Order: sequence, then structure tokens, then C-alpha cells
Amino acid sequence: MNPVNYLYLAALLFAIGATGVLIRRNVIVVFMCVELMLNACNLAFVAFARLHGNLDGQIIAFFTMVVAAAEVVVGLAIIVSLFRSRHSASVDDASLMKL
Amino acid sequence: MIALLVAAPLLGAAVLLCGGRRLDRVGHWLGTALAAVSFVIGLVLFTDMLGKGAEDRTLNQHLFSWIPVEGFQADVAFQLDQLSVTFVLLISGVGTLIHLYSIGYMEHDERRRRFFGYLNLFLAAMLLLVLADNYLLLYVGWEGVGLASYLLIGFWQHKPSAATAAKKAFLVNRVGDMGLSIAIMLMFTTFGTFAFGDVLEATGETGEGKLTAIGLMLLLAACGKSAQVPLQSWLGDAMEGPTPVSALIHAATMVTAGVYLIVRSGEIFNAAPDAQLAVTVVGAVTLLFGAIVGCAKDDIKKALAGSTMSQIGYMILAAGLGPIGYVFAIMHLVTHGFFKAGLFLGAGSVMHGMNDEVDMRKYGGLRKYMPVTFVTFGLGYLAIIGFPGLSGFFSKDKIIEAAFAKGGTEGWILGSVALLGAAITAYYMTRVMIMTFFGEKRWEPDAEGKQPHPHESPKSMTIPMILLAVGSVCAGGFFSIGDRFMHWLEPVTHHDHGDSPLSAATVTGATMVVLVIGVTLAWLQYGRRPVPSVAPRGSLLTRAARRDLLQDDFNHVVLVRGGEHLTRSLVYVDHTLVDGVVNGTAASVGGLSGRLRKLQNGFARSYAVSMFGGVAVLIAATLLMRAV
Repeated sequence: MNPVNYLYLAALLFAIGATGVLIRRNVIVVFMCVELMLNACNLAFVAFARLHGNLDGQIIAFFTMVVAAAEVVVGLAIIVSLFRSRHSASVDDASLMKL
Repeated sequence: MIALLVAAPLLGAAVLLCGGRRLDRVGHWLGTALAAVSFVIGLVLFTDMLGKGAEDRTLNQHLFSWIPVEGFQADVAFQLDQLSVTFVLLISGVGTLIHLYSIGYMEHDERRRRFFGYLNLFLAAMLLLVLADNYLLLYVGWEGVGLASYLLIGFWQHKPSAATAAKKAFLVNRVGDMGLSIAIMLMFTTFGTFAFGDVLEATGETGEGKLTAIGLMLLLAACGKSAQVPLQSWLGDAMEGPTPVSALIHAATMVTAGVYLIVRSGEIFNAAPDAQLAVTVVGAVTLLFGAIVGCAKDDIKKALAGSTMSQIGYMILAAGLGPIGYVFAIMHLVTHGFFKAGLFLGAGSVMHGMNDEVDMRKYGGLRKYMPVTFVTFGLGYLAIIGFPGLSGFFSKDKIIEAAFAKGGTEGWILGSVALLGAAITAYYMTRVMIMTFFGEKRWEPDAEGKQPHPHESPKSMTIPMILLAVGSVCAGGFFSIGDRFMHWLEPVTHHDHGDSPLSAATVTGATMVVLVIGVTLAWLQYGRRPVPSVAPRGSLLTRAARRDLLQDDFNHVVLVRGGEHLTRSLVYVDHTLVDGVVNGTAASVGGLSGRLRKLQNGFARSYAVSMFGGVAVLIAATLLMRAV
């Protein structure tokens, strides 16, 4: 199978994730969409590794997973504390940082 | 030795001004003694000089290097030649006498110590001015005398008129000082040095245009310090100062600094005929201007101030004639120093006896009450109008002759102006004399209702007056025997007889005729008829002359109003243009940021949109660049 198709799939997943981040209000869903975008990137990296015939892309994909795991920890902590203080899981409610 | 001349009064000034009240009892004697020390040193140097040949009489003393920078060498160095020693003797001699006079005159003033401190400061600065061997050091003295003059005019600063007069003198002098500083800068760029010797020797190889510029700037400086048209307006008001100050600074010495400057820079003017012509014109105009003002003033000191202006006009005129006139300018300067200081001291003595009244219309008949003042003032009067045999006769006559000897139409015009000036001098001085000492008593009680009791002044005041009167009588004749003064100064100023279209006898005859006309006119107007104690309205010219020929009005309209308009328009430009640009920029940045602010709405998702949008644009741009 042509590895380029994986790239198309990655782009599609990324677009879905991005759209989710932009249009959904629920913080948990937004968070999951971010994960989706990260995984789309991982897929693209692996596909590139295959295309170029070396392992660089796969190594980067591992790095991304590690970073994503850390990001999940921090992100979930923020979400929990946000929910505790506001009793809401909507991203639009967290809008104090404006002029 | 030369430095001591300056150091003695400078020490006096320092001690008296910093010494505090402890010195109140002896301060005036200390100041007088130090002035006398200067005079004695001057005499010693002078006799030394007499013992040498005419060519090697110049003494130089290098004290220290003041500003040693590469390519810029300013030294504190003195030069004592025949010209400076003449000034030194005049300044310290008359200065000592006036210090002595002030002891009596300022007796009841509680700030007498300070007064003597200022007088000593003046002497030091003036001696520095005439002893400097370069223009930069001369400038130090020049500013120093300006400062002393300011302090002394405003000595009675509790009177608003005195404070204003001091400010006026300072400001007008500043204009002249600017001329001198520009001249010095021009000299530095042209010759690369300030020293008299180097500058004056180099004039031969310099372009006339540059020399004319330097000459005109020097003339501006002389106009400021010597109260010549158009910077003359301060001298009349300067009479607000104590009378000894008027006598010393505003008659005998400081105001003649301009003449000194021009004679000292003679080589520059000789090589720049246009500047020289400007000097003669300024002198001729001022000598008439001052004389006319002097005719109309009822304030005895202001009448004498007009006369000073006019006599200095004579000196400047003579200095503008070049080598024909330099010697006579200085000779008139010295004789004028004697008789005008004497006249001012006489006026001070009269005021002293008349409860400080200055209006001559309230004097009259004082000759019986103040015999010594009358005789000394009378001798000064005869000297200034040029009565045969007295000082003024010799010195003024020579200037008139020299003016004719200039040759051509120019000579005739200048000569006639000088003759006319002599007639007016005779008129106004006779007027002062008659109104003060002759006629009916027109005394009036002063503001506090005290009737004046005129009395002769104390010895400390009359002795200087007597000595100055002796000077006014003898100096001219003494200088003229065998042209002594001319031969004395010749090595410094050089001399040229010119060729006069008129013989000396004709000029002397003409001078005598105008003298008699002037005196007769004054006698007809003031001697034969009683003098009204309130000034009559007078003709248009009289009224203008009472207002100093509208010089203040002119300055007000042209300079003050002009300056106001200039500043107002500048403020307008500042407000509209400069502030407009600045405020406009600020306002547009403010407006723009107001709009930009709306982007920051606090919704995380909208930030995400801009981020995605930005990334999309970047990617599109990168791809586009690749494709191209």
C-alpha cells in the first residue's frame, strides 16, 4: 500500500482534531481533540520514517508520546482545578484573562 | 610685579566680601589702601618704563598656562606697554580717589563694606582687562567689569528702579559681549591664537573680509560696553547706582573699555577700512545723540550721563580715524577720566547736601553754600567745554583737527559733526552749571518734608574732588607740551598726521566760536531768565530728548514686541506642528491598539482560531515561496 495514504489519513485526523478544538466547548472533549491531533502527527512521523527509509520519524514519535503523557497529567490537573473553582467544564467560562 | 597690580584689589574684594561683619569698621580703609597699593605699583612700573628706551618699554609676564590643549593655547599672561600703563595709572589713580570719596559718601550706608568689596572687584577686573596680553584674558576682565557694574548699579537693590537698571545694563551689555566672543572665535579660526602680538602681526596676510567681520564684531562689543548707538540705552538708567559708581565706572573707566579695545586692535581696523568707517559713524552719531539727550535732562546725573556718552562718542570717532586719531582718543579718554569723574563727584557732593535731590530744577544758587564743590565742578565744567588752557581744550581740539585731517568729504562731515558736538557740549554743560550753582534758590522739601540745608561735604569727599580738578586743569596742557603724550604712545599705536584741509589755528578758532555760541545760548535761556521749577512742555525735540530720543520706545517696539511676537509664533508652531505630530502619533497608536485590544477577548477558542489561521498563512506562504 502506498505510504502516502497514511499521510492523507494523518491530515484528516489532524483536521478533525483541530475542528474539535475550535468548535467544542467541553474542556474534556477539547482535550481529547488535542490528543487526536498529537496522534495524527505521530502517524505522519511514522509514515515519513517509512517513506524515507530511516528511523528518525519513529524516534520522534516516541518522544511525542512521552511529552503527550506528561501533557495529559498537567492538562487533567488544570481541568480538575478549573472544574473545582467554576463548577463547569466549559472552556468559555475560563475567560478572566482579558482586558 | 604686574600680577600684583591685579592681585591687590582682588585680594581686597575677597577679604571684604567673605570677611563678614567683623570688617565693617575697617573695610573701607582696607579697600582704599589696596586700591592705593595698585596705584603705587603702577607708578613704580611707570617710572621704570620711563628709564628705558622707547622701543623696549614693553614688559611681559607669563603667569601660568590656563587652558593647555593641543592646538589651543590660552595663557594667563600680562603685557604692560605704554598704552596699558596709561590705563593702569588712570584706573588705579582715579579709582583710589573715588574709594576715598566713597568713605564719606557711603558713610550712612550699612552695607558700606560690601560696596568697597564690589569697587575692589571692579578695579581688579578692569586692570585685568587692560593688562591682558591676549583677547581671551581680556574677555575675562571684560565680563568681570560687567559683573561689577551690574552689582554696583543695583547696589540699592531695595529700589525697584535700581534693580531694573542693573538688569537692563547687564542685558544690553550681553549683546555687546556676544560680539566680543564671536570676534575671539573668529580670531581663533583665522589666526589660531589669541595673543595680541600674534594676531596683530598676522593681519597683513589675512583677507579683508575676515578682518572686516572681526572688526565689526569688536565694534559691537565696544558699543555695548561704551554705551554707543545702538546699544546706548543702559547708561542713563545706570545712574541709579551710587554716585561714586557713576563717576568711576560709568564715566572714567569701564565705559572707556570699548575705546581701549578698538585702539588695542588698531592693526585689524587699519586693514579693514569698512569696519573703520563703521566705527567713525558710530562715534559721530553717538556724540550728537548723547549731547542732545544731555541738553534735555533735568536729572543732574542723567545730564552728565548723556555727556559721557557724547564724549566717548568723540573717542570712538577718533579711534575710527585710524593712526591719525588713536593717540587723541586715548588722550581725550584720560583727560575725560579726570574731568568727568570730577563732575560726577561734584554732582554727588551737591546731592549729598541736598537730601539726595537730583532734579536740577530744584537746585539753584548753591555756589555760596558749597564753595569747594562749586570751584571744582566749575573747573571740570571749563575743562569739558574746552576752555582754552584746560584739559578738554587740548584733547577735544585735537580730535576735531584729526576728524578734518581724515580728508575728503568724509573728513568734512566728521569734522563738522565734531564741531557741532562741541557747541552742544558747551550748551548743556553751561545749562547744568547755571541751574545748579547760579540763579534763584528753588529748593523744595524732600518727600519726608525735610527742608534741604546745603552744606559743604566732608574732607574725604572734597580732597578727591580737588585732586581731580587739578587733573582736569593741568593734564591736557601737560600732555601737549612738545606732544609728549603722542611720542609716549607712538610705539604702540603709531601716528600719522594726515593732511588737514584746515590749519590748526583755523580749527581752534572755529572751536572757540562754537564754544562761545553754545555758552551764550545757554545763558540766554537759563541765566538771563529765571528757571521754572517745573519743566515746561518744550518742543518736540526736547520731549523726545527727555525720553532719551525714544531709544527705549524703539527698543520696546522693535526688540521687546518683536521678541514677544517671535516667541508667540514659535509657541504656536510648537503647539500645532510639533505637538500635532507627537500627539497625532500617540492618538493613532492609541486608536489602533483600542481595536487590537478587542482581539483579546478571553475565549481560548478564539485564540486557537488565530493560531491556526496564522499557521495556515505561514504554511501557505512557505509553499508559495517554494513554488516560485
